[in-house]
Order: sequence, then C-alpha cells, then structure tokens
Amino acid sequence: MITLTINGREIQTPKGSTVLDACQAAGIPIPTLCYDPDLRLAGSCRMCLVEVKGRPLFVASCVAPAENGMVVETESPAIVEARKVTLELLAARHDFNCQVCEKNGDCKFQDYCYQYGIKESRFEDGGRHVYPIDDPNPFLERDYNKCIMCTRCVRACEDITVARAINVKNRGHNAKISTAFDGDLADSPCVFCGQCVMVCPVGALTSKVSAGLGRSYEVDKVLTTCTYCGTGCTLELNVKDDKVVGVTSNRTLEGSPVNKGALCVKGRFGWDFINSPDRLTTPLIKENGEFREASWDEALDLVAKRLGDIKAQHGPDTIAMFSSARVTNEENYLAQKFTRAVLGTNNVDHCARL
Amino acid sequence: MTNSIGELEKDADCIFVIGSNTTENHPVIGMKIKQNKLYNGAKLIVADPRRTDLAEIADVYMPHLPGSDVALVNALMNVIISEGLADQTFIEEHTEGYEAMAAIVEKYTPEYVEPITGVPAESIRAAARIYAQSGNAAICYAMGLTQHRTGTDNVKSVCNLAMLTGNIGRPGTGVDPLRGQNNVQGACDMGALPVVYTAYQAVTNEAVRTKFEQAWGVSLPAENGLVLTEVINKAHHGEMKALYVFGENPMMSDPDLQHVEEALEKLDFLVVQDIFLTETAKYADVVLPGACFAEKDGTFSNTERRVQRVRKAVSTPGQARADWEIICEIATRMGYPMSYSGAEEIYEEMRALTPSYAGINYARLEKGGLQWPCPTEEHPGTPFLHKDGNFSRGKGAFTAIDYIPPGEQPDEEYPLILTTGRSLFHYHTGTMTRRASALDAHKPAAELEINPETAAAKGIKDGDMVRISTRRGGLDIKAKVSNIVAPQVVFMTFHFAETAANWLTSSEFLDPVAKIPEYKVSACKVEKI
Repeated sequence: MITLTINGREIQTPKGSTVLDACQAAGIPIPTLCYDPDLRLAGSCRMCLVEVKGRPLFVASCVAPAENGMVVETESPAIVEARKVTLELLAARHDFNCQVCEKNGDCKFQDYCYQYGIKESRFEDGGRHVYPIDDPNPFLERDYNKCIMCTRCVRACEDITVARAINVKNRGHNAKISTAFDGDLADSPCVFCGQCVMVCPVGALTSKVSAGLGRSYEVDKVLTTCTYCGTGCTLELNVKDDKVVGVTSNRTLEGSPVNKGALCVKGRFGWDFINSPDRLTTPLIKENGEFREASWDEALDLVAKRLGDIKAQHGPDTIAMFSSARVTNEENYLAQKFTRAVLGTNNVDHCARL
Repeated sequence: MTNSIGELEKDADCIFVIGSNTTENHPVIGMKIKQNKLYNGAKLIVADPRRTDLAEIADVYMPHLPGSDVALVNALMNVIISEGLADQTFIEEHTEGYEAMAAIVEKYTPEYVEPITGVPAESIRAAARIYAQSGNAAICYAMGLTQHRTGTDNVKSVCNLAMLTGNIGRPGTGVDPLRGQNNVQGACDMGALPVVYTAYQAVTNEAVRTKFEQAWGVSLPAENGLVLTEVINKAHHGEMKALYVFGENPMMSDPDLQHVEEALEKLDFLVVQDIFLTETAKYADVVLPGACFAEKDGTFSNTERRVQRVRKAVSTPGQARADWEIICEIATRMGYPMSYSGAEEIYEEMRALTPSYAGINYARLEKGGLQWPCPTEEHPGTPFLHKDGNFSRGKGAFTAIDYIPPGEQPDEEYPLILTTGRSLFHYHTGTMTRRASALDAHKPAAELEINPETAAAKGIKDGDMVRISTRRGGLDIKAKVSNIVAPQVVFMTFHFAETAANWLTSSEFLDPVAKIPEYKVSACKVEKI
C-alpha cells in the first residue's frame, strides 16, 4: 500500500493506483470528462487536474501514479481557476442548447459549468465552428457542435467494439471526430453498436430512435436481459408513462456480467418493435377464412375444446406444441408441462435446430 | 458452452472459430474475440465458407466448402497426430476411443482433403500447429457447423479436436456453441424437447417419469415425442391433427416452406400465440396475443449457461397477456387446473425438479446471474465444465467419424451452393427486427452475395435483380457482388418474408440424431432477370 495526503487527509491506496483512483476510493470528488474506467487513458481534458506539493505544474490525476508521501490538493483556488479556464475553453466550441438537448440533466459538461459558474466563454474570438448535423444513418445523431473532444467515443470504438471507425481529424480548435475522409458512418467500418453514445459525456452522440421521447430524469430504468441473440447481454429499458422509450447500458460488473454495458445495434437501437402498431392486442378467431376479434373467454374456451376433442378423438400424439426459444424459462417449463401433463404427449419442441 | 464468454476475451491464447459469423450474429462476443486477438496477442483461426470480419483478421483463414467440416477437422487432427502435437497424457488419463478415431483420421492428410474442402493443405497445417501449440485454445461454433445432415458428426469432430490436444477443463479452452437465440439454451434446459424433461432428464427413464408424475399429479407418456421437423412431416401426411405454436414462426424458419405451408393447411386446428400476426399466425384458427420480453418477469439462460433475470418494465398492449397466464388458462379449461401467483412461483416449482438449477433462486440472481450446474444454494455456479479433464460421463469419448458429403449435391442444372444465415441488423424470422424502425430502415431487404467471377460469367452486376432457384423453387432478389463468398457459393439471409430463403432450402436431408435440416447446403442456380 501507498500512503499519501489528499486535502489534508492521510489516505492509503494500493500500489499501481493513480491519484484519481485514490481520490475516488476515498470519496473525494474529482471532475472528469475524458476519463472512463473501461477505456485507455487519454489524460487530455485537464478537468481532473490537482496540485501536488513540490511539482511545478498541475498534474492530471487520471494518469498520475500515486506515490508514497505525495501531498495533493484537489480543490485549491488555483485548481478551481484552472478548471474554470478549461471549461471556458471547451465552452468556446460547445453549442449551449441545453433546453432542447437530449442529454439535458444527464450531461457532465452542463454539471461542471453549473458547478464552477461558467456562463459564457472568453475564448470565442476564433469563431465557433458550425458543423452540419447530417449523417443519414437511422441509429445515432452526430452533433459535433456539442462535442468537447474528450475522445471517449474514439476509444470506445477502438477498445470495446474494435471497429475503429472514427478518430480525431485536424488539431487544436479545428480538431473534430471524423470517419476516414469525414464521410457517413454507413460508409465506414461502423457497426452502429452505439458504444460511442454510451460513453459520450455530452449531447454530441445520442440515439435517433429515442429522440424526443424522454430525458434521463423523466424515465425509470429497468434492468433486464436482451431479447435477441444468445449472448445474454443485460440492458436497461428506459420507461416513461408505461412505454419503453429507449435502451441504456448498465456498466457495472454486477448489473451487466456478460457485456459490462457493451451492446450491439439490435440491443441498443432495435427496441421499438415493443410499441409497434402491429402488435396483437386482442384474441382473433378465424371464421370463413377471415380473422375476427374475440374475447379471451371465447378464444380460450375454443382452444380448450378443440384440443380436448382432438385428443379424445384421435389420441394425444396427434397434437404437438412448438414452444419458443424467445420466451422465458418459466414459460418453457409450463409449455412442456402443459404438453405432457394436459395434452398427454411428448410432442414438444422448439426452434433450437432452426 | 463448456466455458464462459469472458474467457474468450482474457484467457484463451487461441480461438478457433468454425461456422460462426460471430461479429454479426453474436456481436458482443465478436468484440471480445477481436479484443483478445488484436490487443492481447491471442491467435485466431477461422474456418468459414464466407470471408467474415473475423476471417479478415485471422492468423489462418480456411474458406472450406459448405458441408466439408468433418474432412477439415479430421485433417487438422491428422496433422496434430502425425507431427506429435497431441496431448498424450490427457488422452491416456481422461479419454477413451482414441485408437479408433486415430485410425480413421490417418487417411485425412491435408493433401487428401484439399480437393474436398477447397482449403490449401498448407493452411490446414498452419492452423493445426497454432491450435495445438497455443496453451489454452477454445473452439467457437454456431449454426454453420450444425445445420448439415452431418451436424452431430461435425460437433463430435470439434470435440475430438479439443480432447486430442487436452483443450478442455481449463479457462480459455473448451468447445463453445454460440447459441443463436436469447433463450434457446433455457428452452432446452426446461425440457421443451420431445425426449427430455428439465435438465435433460429422459422421458423414457421410469424413475424420472415417476418423479414428474408425482410432482404434477398425473400419469405421463413414456414414449419419446416428435421433433419439430417430424411434426411438420406428420402434419403433411395428415397424421398430425392439431398444433399449438407459441412464439415460433415455422412459415419462415423451417426448411422447404411450400412443404410447411401444405402441412399447416392440412391441420384440423392451429393455434398461434405470439406478439405479432406472423407468417405462421396467418394460417391459424385462433390467435392469442402474448407479451414481449419487456412486459413480463422471468429468466433467460444464455449460451454460457448463465441464468439471468428478465424484468417487467411496461404493461402489455390492449388485452394481450403474459404467455404463462395464457397457458394456465387453457390447462385449467382442459380440466387440469394451473395457477401461479407469478413467474417466481413457476420457477420455484421448476427448480425443485431440476438438479442443475436447484441452487439458483431469484434472490441470488439479483447479484448478476449464475451459471448452471448449480446444485445447491451455497454453490457458486460453474463457469467452465469438465474441470481438470473430469468429464461428466467419466472419460471423454472420442468418436471415429468419416466424412460424408452433403445430401444435396450440385449438378449441371444447379451448379452452385446456396448457404443461408443472418445479418447483423436482423434477428431470425424478422418478426421483431422488421418492426424495429431503425433496423428495418437501415437494412430493408435481403441480398444475394455472389462472387465477382461467378457474377461476371452470368453478366450480373452489383445491384442487378437476379433469380435464384433450387429444386424446391425460386425467388427474385438483388445481387451483391462480393469476394466474401467463393466462386461456387452464394449466400442470403433468411429474415425477409418478401424473399424468404426457406422457400429454397430442403427438408429432405436431416441429421439422423438431431434431425437438423441441411440449411447450409442447397444446390442452386442464379440467373440475371
């Protein structure tokens, strides 16, 4: 263990920790924008700067190894001033359109500007870039007028998805996240998994499928298991007024043991079939080749009677049930119990082979 | 899977992917394999008729012809044995049947299988050496390996390969089927199969049957039931009278749809319970509206045997009801009262009868899922099976397997091989993803992948409409000219009702054990229209 002093408190941290790790473990809040525990460190946003006694410059705590005997200040007046300047520099390129932003209320940049009292930027003389918002893909909105160049999207694309569809183009004030030749995502190696949306700390990358349906503070998040392939990724259904309005990631190992928040395009953007107008909403009975709506009692009685009659007349083995690889264990258990105990046959199968 | 998904990211030193387009069909597993290959230095071997994303980054890529899997794997084993790379200690201590297997494999030299598989002998040698010498080597496969008349043989072949090199019973090793549907593992575990109750307890075993008869208070049938493909055939012969289809869509997913259509039309009674009016539901006498995953409580079991919670987030639309409630209502009306307070009560009844799930309860699942076997509430679950080479049956059994060609062979009229599969942007019969607005907007139609050489010979350009025909029938589809397939192979997805691939596939050749159809091999011709 290493012992260091942070804000006058003596703190122990395992060897190999960063100063940021030590602060977080000790419950000392440090603002971060580019830092993400699942991604390679960038050390670029300068929000996590701290003062270390004896060092001439402020250090970025996310990339600074904790050392024995270090004396660290995290909220000294000089640090606060430095963070304000950083925020002002970022604000020079950020489109403050919070009232109509999908991420309003769930935006680290908004939180820090509020916390540090940044209402405008002194550094807008270079002119704010106005980037077109025109990527035609149906999954994710790319609004680089809100981008603060933390590069978390680039690193998520490279470290988690390994698609490597995007990177930083140009330098300084002209830096921008871009595909090769700055084209559309559909023409890049992008697989539309939306890991970039998951890690974006601001409203630069958001879901088009969820747009306008509810902000984070309006939704309840229900942790569940994805309905598509057999990987068993966990995800959060975002619910507003008894409707699913989006999918977000749970990034903890306990909540998301298989995928740790990573999803694919189907899991993250393929949920709105739930609200499809094509959903069946009432039992149907076919008469003269046409379906008509029926009550549950009528439909269930008819099913019970017809199955019962066929069982009595032709024997149980002339009936079969196809259960489902998409329904729950509990329902599959009941389906085979029903087939065996009620219909009286072992003719139960599902599409495991298909 | 014998092993766990996470091991593919961290523990495997080599991953052999055969018959799995992992980055499209199991994208998050594909990401982990790519991370391991590109950032941890793991070796990657890919065998697939299509040049998939993983093939592009593989150390060795073997573009074997559809249906030549046994020949290919036998050749890998031939190299491993002849070059002295087999794990003799593991073979002697933990397996049986080695000699018979080795005797069969002897003739499968890389040169002998090169014309069968289309894979250069040197690629086979290179792959065998990497797999056998990489420390912990895992095998991943999917329906590309199993949907053949020799599907069972194919799986046993890769099991042979793993045992031959002692790659079983440690993290990062094993034989890992990547299962295609959210709860296909669970449906099998729960006994939605014609020959077993839950946890693979045989219906023909009297002691097991007695246990279930006592639990359910009813006498139970002793004979094995029929598998899905047999049910359709019986219906076609008029011997099957009624079918209850629950969350399945055979009018898209089953082979030879004309045969399926005729079979469904011959039924006296068809009831379909689903969330949409599927292609199958259109043939029903009664349609019952069920609930989707967001509208009910329960559990799914994933491909690594992990049981995880499904939680109700919203109400069902209109009068639709949770599926378990519907089944209980019908059972009760047929004179067998079924009534539960909710999913957990059903689960509790199930686990009392299911040894591998006995230790898994809802409270424990709050902490992130558990992998069966988990026999007691104190048991931590089982991330990988056959620890230290201790197989559940005692010794691991090698199987001596000869190569059998696919049932359906190309001829002069149908010179190409059609193979089918999935796209990243859709799921199975498209019932859900075709109604997911963004997915369908991005990928609204199927395409036929065709090699540039084959396309040029037929005067077909990228984007042209073509007619693909097999001995069952034909359909019109847009051509996508691409090197992803070899000159003698074409590929299309089966998600789209407008161009349902299973009008083209055959139900004639089934695997004798699993009764799986030969979806991956249909002789076909392609013409420009």
